[in-house]
Amino acid sequence: MVMGDLVIEVDVAVVGGGPGGYTAAFRCADLGLETVVVDAGTRLGGACLWEGCIPSKALLHVAAVLGEAERAKEFGVDFGAPRVSLDPLRKWKSERVVGKLARGLASVAKGKGVEVVGGTAVFEDSRSLRVEGDAPQKIRFKHAIVATGSLPAPLPGVSLTSERVMDSTAALELPDVPERLLVIGGGYIGLELGQAYAALGSKVTLVEMLDGLLPGLDHDLVQPLARRCEKLFVKIRLGTKVTSLREEGALIEARFSDGDTVVFERVLVAVGRRPVSAGLGLETTRVRPDARGVIAVDDRCRTADPAIYAVGDVTGEPMLAHRAMRQGVVAAEAIAGRPAAFDNIAVPAVVFTDPEVAWCGLTEPEAARAGRKVKVAKFQWAASGRAATLGRADGLTKLLADPDTGRVLGVGIVGPGAGELIAEGTLAVETAITIEDLAATIHTHPTLSETLMEAAETLLRGT
Amino acid sequence: MPRPFALPDLGEGLTEAEIVKVLVAEGDVIAEDAPLLEVETDKATVEIPSPMAGRVAKIHVQPGQTVKVGAVLVTFDDAPAGARAVPTPAPGPPAPAAPPRAAAAAPLPAAAGEGPVPAAPATRRLARELRVDLRTVRATGPGGRVTDDDVRAAAGAPRPAAPPAPAAGARLVPGRAEPARPAVAKPLAAAGFEPPPLPKFEQWGPVERRPLSHLRRTIAERMTLSATLIPHVTHFDRADITELDAIIRRNVEEAQQRGVTLTLTSFLLKAAALALGEHPQFNASLDPAAGELILKRYYHLGIAVATDRGLIVPVIHDVDKKPLLDLQRELAALAQRVRDGKATLDDLRGGTFTITNIGALGGTGAIPIINYPEVAILGVARAREEPVVREGRIVPRILLPLTLTFDHRVADGADGARFAAAIVRRLERPEQLLLDW
Ligand SMILES: Cc1cc2nc3c(=O)[nH]c(=O)nc-3n(C[C@H](O)[C@H](O)[C@H](O)COP(=O)(O)OP(=O)(O)OC[C@H]3O[C@@H](n4cnc5c(N)ncnc54)[C@H](O)[C@@H]3O)c2cc1C
Repeated sequence: MVMGDLVIEVDVAVVGGGPGGYTAAFRCADLGLETVVVDAGTRLGGACLWEGCIPSKALLHVAAVLGEAERAKEFGVDFGAPRVSLDPLRKWKSERVVGKLARGLASVAKGKGVEVVGGTAVFEDSRSLRVEGDAPQKIRFKHAIVATGSLPAPLPGVSLTSERVMDSTAALELPDVPERLLVIGGGYIGLELGQAYAALGSKVTLVEMLDGLLPGLDHDLVQPLARRCEKLFVKIRLGTKVTSLREEGALIEARFSDGDTVVFERVLVAVGRRPVSAGLGLETTRVRPDARGVIAVDDRCRTADPAIYAVGDVTGEPMLAHRAMRQGVVAAEAIAGRPAAFDNIAVPAVVFTDPEVAWCGLTEPEAARAGRKVKVAKFQWAASGRAATLGRADGLTKLLADPDTGRVLGVGIVGPGAGELIAEGTLAVETAITIEDLAATIHTHPTLSETLMEAAETLLRGT
Repeated sequence: MPRPFALPDLGEGLTEAEIVKVLVAEGDVIAEDAPLLEVETDKATVEIPSPMAGRVAKIHVQPGQTVKVGAVLVTFDDAPAGARAVPTPAPGPPAPAAPPRAAAAAPLPAAAGEGPVPAAPATRRLARELRVDLRTVRATGPGGRVTDDDVRAAAGAPRPAAPPAPAAGARLVPGRAEPARPAVAKPLAAAGFEPPPLPKFEQWGPVERRPLSHLRRTIAERMTLSATLIPHVTHFDRADITELDAIIRRNVEEAQQRGVTLTLTSFLLKAAALALGEHPQFNASLDPAAGELILKRYYHLGIAVATDRGLIVPVIHDVDKKPLLDLQRELAALAQRVRDGKATLDDLRGGTFTITNIGALGGTGAIPIINYPEVAILGVARAREEPVVREGRIVPRILLPLTLTFDHRVADGADGARFAAAIVRRLERPEQLLLDW
């Protein structure tokens, strides 16, 4: 291709406009650094805004409304059978939700003087990169921040290209509501999208290779979600692999490791995400991604190349937007010479299903693996007034504390609103407060937040 | 039973010390009073003996680290190896520098129980800013939580907005260059206002950055404190010490036979102590908060001594009451202890007035900075034989230049002049001194 003559000189070139990239760019601009963002889509927001957190949560809100309407029958309110019109739903999701937030981001960028360049960035050395695309150009930088994020991982051993086999990005487009949907992967993306489609009317089958949903998480936090999924889905196949997918006319035939074959209108592959670091020209720099494509960084988000920083999913697990954003702030401040460090103790995680599952800090399996002694308090929502008024007594709030000092080390919550409630737990873990602090802080009554206080009290009383 | 040993109270405004040497190793079984650590305070290098016999289970500090009074230095243990070594200091809240370690019996990776140091994010940022290693900070918060104040204390910086802590060891003359002992650079405590940022000197040529030693930093902080807080005023005078010089010369041999090298300094001490008795406001400290002048009914005089680590001010107690030869003897022993780095804390505290003799290095006079929170300091330059006109004739006399710097909040120029004259009078009429000795 022919290179344009245009060369931009900047303090900081950010590659990728996702939450890691735009947060870093905005902070750089605030700190007086001249900053440009290169994004393949010529837009800010990344996977999170366009094909991740935001559209999935929009659909899950719809699912929650449908679920609440169904539950209302318990107390004598019947709205009748819901009718869902996909066109207005898609329009609401993409214009009122995603579009509105995208315009907001664009105007913040403009206000801060951060230029967004469209095209694919390829490093030429540790001081410059070229932008390939409609407007080829060259950017010379003092520092670069790699924030190229991640992409859905393909299903290992199974290759079938069909529009009926979707990844999360395609599924969020909501092409239709398939009669039967196979969700491959019992992680948070499979569970969230599986529940959204189930709420919209699909008969969902979920298959997970390992023998539990949300593998690695505390069993008691997963249990209420698993029970709910058993009701919402027609079948959950645990400890099962998909060995082949075959297109059969308008259907996809899936074969499972136990020998069964079943047909579906659509298949959603949600088996994880892979960092995007190939094709970036990193070989011209000192950055060397590992075999999985992960770029290693230190606590200032510095890579092995002194001029290049990396943030977000491309730096590995946990691949979450809020972690990417915090890293973005750290990278920007480190570049500006501030004493920043990504030394966060708790990176909270939320599964926005019904019920929601949220946790932060130490989990029980982690404590067991590390042989770390912890005191565990569980508060069943059956004893919560607020949970009773919501008709949701199936929740659980759990605290892990240090037996010697009483410090809160981890918090896990399952139940409606867990995603909001976890914020207090995260603050507790991050600021190293004790169960006594939690127990002695007044929590509004009646709310679900009281369950944190109650759990702390059971630990204090030693019961 | 693990028995923690914390840095003892060093008295008089001394709140922290820098670890110079650790003289024992983990696992050592030591006797009571065996030397444990060498620490340097604002005032001296002192050896800390072991308060108990036992096995050193854990050493919590390392050389170069600054620790606060009360911080656990060493945990002793008499239980068999493998027992828990969780520091639980007796006074104050439990404050392990790091989270308690897991029982050694458990088959665990080293990382077990050694998670991040409990501190809020803003506190951690502050620690990075002040270049304090959080693991070395004594925690005072609940559950071993490190607070902002803990971090500032570890950095040797005062709390923001709090009044400056009364310091007991201001130094008068900058010391010599530091020896090569590696020091960690820590910012100086703020002096109540933000100094403007420095220019980038690199633009004019190569530069080298060198961290200040603990002593140097202390000197700098105390000087800033004194110079910004106290309105200094200086009075110049000269004493004709021709006669005194002759007396000293005549008695040098006699004194030598009694094991004492007679010098001018002991006479200066005596003259100053006696003059202070007549002018008590110069043997005092101002308490601005109370609106009171604290007059001290004792005369402990500090003498500035230049050492290769920096300037140190040992104190001779009850100068007014001691015979001259005793003073001279004590002075020599004290100066030697200071130069050898063996001075005890009692050698260095309690001063009420300071004398700094810059004569040895030449010059015609210097204006010292007051040793906060004292009220005045006497600078003494080199005595020289000079032509003096007496009754119309030029006669050679030995003149000693004196500068009296004092706190103008406490005394006025006329007071200073009278006080200086009282000193001069005693030096010029040594026979009158005899009446007082
Ligand atoms: C369905 C789904 C739901 C999710 N839900 C949540 C959630 O609820 N909460 C949460 O925290 N996280 C969620 N995530 C994860 C979240 O989206 C990611 O962690 C986050 O987007 C990572 O941000 P990032 O800045 O690292 O990269 P991304 O958001 O992936 O952005 C990377 C950007 O870089 C661009 N790019 C890549 N290579 C180049 C190149 N060479 N040149 C120019 N541009 C390039 C890409 O086009 C993209 O715009 C979800 C993800 C999915 C898929």
